[in-house]
Amino acid sequence: MKTGRFEQQPTTNTVEEPLDLIRLSLDERIYVKMRNDRELRGRLHAYDQHLNMILGDVEETVTTVEIDEETYEELYKSTKRNIPMLFVRGDGVVLVAPPLRVG
Amino acid sequence: PEHTSVFLSNLYSFSFKKKKKQPTATLTVQLTLACVSAPQLFYSFFKSLVGKDVVVELKNDLSICGTLHSVDQYLNIKLTDISVTDPEKYPHMLSVKNCFIRGSVVRYVQLPADEVDTQLLQDAARKEAMQQKQ
Repeated sequence: MKTGRFEQQPTTNTVEEPLDLIRLSLDERIYVKMRNDRELRGRLHAYDQHLNMILGDVEETVTTVEIDEETYEELYKSTKRNIPMLFVRGDGVVLVAPPLRVG
Repeated sequence: PEHTSVFLSNLYSFSFKKKKKQPTATLTVQLTLACVSAPQLFYSFFKSLVGKDVVVELKNDLSICGTLHSVDQYLNIKLTDISVTDPEKYPHMLSVKNCFIRGSVVRYVQLPADEVDTQLLQDAARKEAMQQKQ
């Protein structure tokens, strides 16, 4: 905690630290990679320094790998579901980025 | 006139009487405590949702539907009138009506979209981010 400043710091528009990058994404769609092979895509409404977040219009993708017992083939499956409004606890978050554009 | 604003809980007023025949100077110092308490955005947000129905998804993949009874600074949650959502392949908890959930085991909380003021949230998040930097 820095020593107290008594003047109200006006909202700075400069990006200084990584959390500022997230601030730029408020009300924008973002991509969130989480632990346990989960991904979220949604509109960012709120976040904090723990990376707790509120996302709206969210699509969650859970990716699983099934291995064929005989051929040892890896079969990647993903399960999706949609949630209108979601609180995400920050300790599960691994990465936050603008939505990936499929080239 | 210049005055220093430092924040404490009481209002202090000092009046300085100089020598005779000179005007009395009154220095009023407003003191209010600059409360740098732990940032409270999501705590306040959940407090505003008390009484609403939510679905809490835990890190062990259990989903519990219930009415939000209370929340604390750690985002521990108390739910009342609970039921296990999702196919009830998980512990049925038929006899359990209320529960306390430790905040750290929560993965998601599914919220009713129409109970959330997104504009307010975004503004609060910006302010919280500013406050956190200082």
